[in-house]
Amino acid sequence: MPDETKGPNPVSPSPGGETPPAAKPVEPAAAQSDTPTIKAEAPVAAKPSEAATVAPASAAKPTEAAAVSGEKPETAVATKPVSPATGEKPAPAAAKPAAPAAAKPAPKPEGPKPEPWNSELTARLRRRYGSGLQEAGTYLGQKYLVVDSAILYEILLLMHADERFDYCVDITAVHYPEREAQFDIVYVLYSFHHNERVRVKTQIKESDSVRTAVEIWPTANWLEREVYDMFGIKFDGHPDLKRILLPEDWKGYPLRKDYPILQQDKEWVQINLGIESGQ
Amino acid sequence: MKEFETDYRHAKPGQGGPGVVDYLDLDTKDQTFLDSTELVLNMGPQHPSTHGVLRVILKLDGEKVLGTECIIGYLHRGVEKIGENRTYAMFNPYVDRMDYVAAVSNGLGYCEAVEKLLNVEAPPRAQYIRVILTELCRIASHQVWLGTHALDIGAITPLFYCFRDREEVLRIFEKYCGARLTTHAFRIGGCLYETYDGFEQDCLKYCDFFLPKLDEYEELLTTNRIWVERTKGVGILMPEDCIALGVTGPVLRASGVKWDLRKQQPYESYKDFDFEIPTGLNGDTYDRYIVRIQEMRQAVRIIRQAVGGLPSGPIMAKVPKVIKPAVGEVYVSIEAPKGELGYFIVSDSSTQPYRVRVRPPSFVNLQALDKMVRGMLVADVVAVIGTLDIVLGEVDR
Repeated sequence: MPDETKGPNPVSPSPGGETPPAAKPVEPAAAQSDTPTIKAEAPVAAKPSEAATVAPASAAKPTEAAAVSGEKPETAVATKPVSPATGEKPAPAAAKPAAPAAAKPAPKPEGPKPEPWNSELTARLRRRYGSGLQEAGTYLGQKYLVVDSAILYEILLLMHADERFDYCVDITAVHYPEREAQFDIVYVLYSFHHNERVRVKTQIKESDSVRTAVEIWPTANWLEREVYDMFGIKFDGHPDLKRILLPEDWKGYPLRKDYPILQQDKEWVQINLGIESGQ
Repeated sequence: MKEFETDYRHAKPGQGGPGVVDYLDLDTKDQTFLDSTELVLNMGPQHPSTHGVLRVILKLDGEKVLGTECIIGYLHRGVEKIGENRTYAMFNPYVDRMDYVAAVSNGLGYCEAVEKLLNVEAPPRAQYIRVILTELCRIASHQVWLGTHALDIGAITPLFYCFRDREEVLRIFEKYCGARLTTHAFRIGGCLYETYDGFEQDCLKYCDFFLPKLDEYEELLTTNRIWVERTKGVGILMPEDCIALGVTGPVLRASGVKWDLRKQQPYESYKDFDFEIPTGLNGDTYDRYIVRIQEMRQAVRIIRQAVGGLPSGPIMAKVPKVIKPAVGEVYVSIEAPKGELGYFIVSDSSTQPYRVRVRPPSFVNLQALDKMVRGMLVADVVAVIGTLDIVLGEVDR
């Protein structure tokens, strides 16, 4: 979409050439006009104060950009620079001076980059946890938090109880074998109240385990079992932590990067299926 | 849709109103049917009412269910691992094989996610075509659900009616892209195929054909005494339980939560259309039936609007030949016929995704089975599995 790169973003902290997330000129008006009806239909009516701050960001993706940039001047919290080790790496092309967007629209001059996300929620979290909240950003209009694994459970608890993220959409992991902290654990949370989605990420070492979120969201039960099944990450306090998709005595964790696609537990296949190989 | 006369949620066992099945309280010991010991019964994976290869271990007291455990994974094919080893475009047909009765929706979700990662948007015409096909697919998926669900409960006729009428949808798919079930209808950035001559007429003709058929299904079931007694008050799920268990889709809406991603976070061109979100009152199997029936009516409404307003123009956005999204990750979800279908894709700027995670609605919804059948009868387990509308290809991936 070539015209997106032209979208001016005067309050953006980083130099030009940056793509504002889905900055379409026409749609925010349409989306905002939808907002009151959507809010009215929401199962739990929003409190007026919260509705005022959250409503513009909550309607649709296009408006999020406006809301984020609009809040920037008033919240003067300095965001930490994005460290390359946090998984959400800035595009390598970032150092390059911004190419004139109109000149060559076909190969995109620069990919979209994460932008800092400043809101009341992140300000509260930052006040409370300081550097424990490693990063708060938006990428293509999607909000995410990177937190220290030590305070992960506290953050999840707080997100559920205080910030009303009452629906845990998904829990998953990503394996980065070359990193010291090999795994990213990603919690996708949604708030029916704010109609908002936030990803909470943390990094853990292979030997580490994290506390289970089953007590916060019962849906975490199977989701965590699947993460354990596929990555071998242990969740402390999980009521029934065992494999869910693979057979219980299967060896290896298939979604790790050191598990090639053709690998299988030959011994299990021979004993249980009575064939030489599954291939 | 008739309002319900009785709010049986507060009814005590033995005092239920007409059409209300008494539910049994687990904690009260004196309500067991027999003075029997616990029985562990294995149901599936070859049981016809499990809609595939679901195995449920039931702990029973007489005929009363004390607890269940689901054993899944018989259809596990490692879709997420395959995704990491294929290019973005190559992985597209694989997602059709997850929820194979709603393949079009799967493809839409995946294309949406990769488009988000590339920061492109499909052109308006492509979006309208996508909406038309996805809503047709929603009807087809609900027809499969209704047919098999009714069959499980003992009504054989709806199965034949539903599959007969679904064939007309599949015919449109076949004429559009050559495949009936695993369609691979969409491509990253839009649609590959322009509509065929007479596509609009076919869709409108189908809408006109389908609504009377839907009335026919309703005539068979909605006020049918056996159907009502088998479904009312069975498998109740309260809204707060739904949210805690992450249940989405018609199951959530039947519990009274008016939440549909097509309205809450509109994707594609859904904001252009006027449609309602049907909700239930009681969160039982009967309400879920009503909600899905109403959803089919709304789908017809959307199709008519989309066909009427089908814009002209290109059907493919400018997408590079070799798809190499910038480093980053996105989570994009759509309202599939069964609930929230999400794709979490991590890109390392190579031609293959670094990680593809599918958030399948069936997998998460199936987790609610235990909550729904505790204290019910064995026969209700069959009804509840049917009403959850799971597809094992998606549960196991």
